[in-house]
Amino acid sequence: MTPEDWLESARADAERRGLPDLRAALEGLARSAGVLREADWNDDASGSSEPAPDAPPPAG
Amino acid sequence: MTPPAELPSLVDLGRAIRAGETTSEAATERCLAVIRDRDPSINAFITVLADAALDAARTADRELRSGRDRGRLHGVPFSIKDIFDVTGLPTTAASHVRREHVAGRDATVVARLRNAGAVFVGKTNLHEFALGTTNEESAYGPVHHPLDSSRSPGGSSGGSAASVLAGMAYASVGTDTGGSIRIPSAACGLVGLKPRYRDVPTQGVVPLSASLDHVGPLCATVADAAAIFAVIADAPGGGDPAEAGAARGLRLGVPRRYFLDLLDDDVARAFDATCARLSAAGVVLEDVVIPHAGETPAAYLHIALTEAAAFHARTLETRPDDYTPTVRVRLEAGRYVLAEDYLRAQRCRHVLRTEVSAALEGRDGLLLPSLAVPATPLGAATVRVSGADEPVRNVTLRLTQLFNLTGHAAITVPCGATGGGLPIGAQLVGASTASALRIALSLEPHLRGPRGSSR
Repeated sequence: MTPEDWLESARADAERRGLPDLRAALEGLARSAGVLREADWNDDASGSSEPAPDAPPPAG
Repeated sequence: MTPPAELPSLVDLGRAIRAGETTSEAATERCLAVIRDRDPSINAFITVLADAALDAARTADRELRSGRDRGRLHGVPFSIKDIFDVTGLPTTAASHVRREHVAGRDATVVARLRNAGAVFVGKTNLHEFALGTTNEESAYGPVHHPLDSSRSPGGSSGGSAASVLAGMAYASVGTDTGGSIRIPSAACGLVGLKPRYRDVPTQGVVPLSASLDHVGPLCATVADAAAIFAVIADAPGGGDPAEAGAARGLRLGVPRRYFLDLLDDDVARAFDATCARLSAAGVVLEDVVIPHAGETPAAYLHIALTEAAAFHARTLETRPDDYTPTVRVRLEAGRYVLAEDYLRAQRCRHVLRTEVSAALEGRDGLLLPSLAVPATPLGAATVRVSGADEPVRNVTLRLTQLFNLTGHAAITVPCGATGGGLPIGAQLVGASTASALRIALSLEPHLRGPRGSSR
C-alpha cells in the first residue's frame, strides 16, 4: 500500500466514522510515511541495497 | 512586559532553611500568596494544596528543629505537573477523561521528593495528556505566560514553568516526550532537564508515549536541576556549583545543518552571541552533522502517535467527547498508522541514536538552541519563521524531539532574550545525565551572559 493509497483509505474511514477533522492529521502522517519509506537506510528484499549494519533494538 | 529579576535558587533556599535563616513555612506562605494573587490570570494550577502544603512545611520546620535534616530539598516548595499520581488526589492530566480518577499511591518520583522533604503547593496545568506544546488544549483552560498574558508559556509542562517563573513554587517536576520540559523552560527563562531515558522512573505517571516519556525538573539554576535529579533518580551526589570544572578546553559539537536552518531572528542572534561567549571562554566549538536529522519529525510522529493511540484506544471509543477536539484528532490519527511504517520509524530511531552518539564521540556535549522561536501567541496555528509560516507544533518540537528518540540527556539553560524581553534558551546534550549536568554547571555563567540571567 502506497502512502497515497493509505491516505485515501484512512480518509474514507474517518469520514465513515464521522471524523472529517482527521483529514489534516492524516495528510501529515502520509507525508511522514513517505519520508520514512524514501530513507536510504531502508532494507530492500531484492538485495539491491546494503543491509543495515545491525538490527535496531526493541522499542525504547 | 516587565523582565523579572533573577529567580531565587532552590538550593539557596534549602540552605537558608536548614541554617535556620528562614523557615519552610515562610517560603510556602510566600508561594501561596503569589498563587492567590497571580494564578487567577495565569491559570498555572489545576489543584492548589494550601492546607496540606502548610502542614508539610510546618512538619519540615519541626524536623529540622529536632535535628532531622532530609537534605537539599528539605522544606522547599514545589509544584508538580498534574500527570503524576499523588495519593488521595485526582491525576487529571488536564482532561475530563480522568474526571473520576483518584490516585491510590504516590508516583515513585513524588514519593522520593516527599521523602527528601519537598513541600507540594499544588498540581499544575498541562496540555491535555501532555499531547501538545502550547498548553492551550486543557480541560482547565489555557495557561498564560507570566511575562505576557497573550502568549503561551510553552508546553506541555506549561503550568509547571509558569508556576516557577511567577514565584508560585521554587521548582517543578514535569514530563518530556518531545520537549515538554525543555520547550516551556526555554520559553519561560528556566533551566529544564530531560535526563537520559530511564534514569528517572515513570511509575505513577500517565503515559503519553512510553518509549519517549522522560521525567525531569524545571527550575531556576543548573545546580537546582542537579539537586532535584539526585533525588528523583535516587542518584545522590553532584550538582554543587563548586564542583563545576573550567569551561576552557571543553569540546562541544554544534549541529548546524537542519537545526539552525529554521530559527527566529532573535533566537539566531542570541545563539550566535552565546557561541561567541563560549569561544571567548575557551570552549572549543566544532561543527558536527547528524546526517538523518531531517527524518526526525517523521519518526517521532509515527512512534508518538501510535503509542499514544494504543493507550487511549478504549476511551476514544467510550468517551470521545471528554477529549478536547484537537487532542482527540491527533490520537485518532495514530490509530491509522501501518505497522510497517511504525517499524520504519523504529529503524530511523536506531539510525539517529547511532548518529548522535557518533557526534558526541570525543566531545563533552552538543550545543544547539532549545526552541526555534520565542513564546508563541495563544491561539496561533502558525508562526512566521525565516520568511515562512510554519505550524506552531512543528517548529516548537523541531530542536528537542530528536533527543527523546535517541534517549540522550538534554538540558536547556537561558542564554538571552528578545528585544521585547521574551527568554531564549540554549540546549546542551550529553551522553549521560551526569555529563550533561557537569558541562551545564561549567558553562551556565557563559550561557547566561553578562547580565547573569536572561530574565
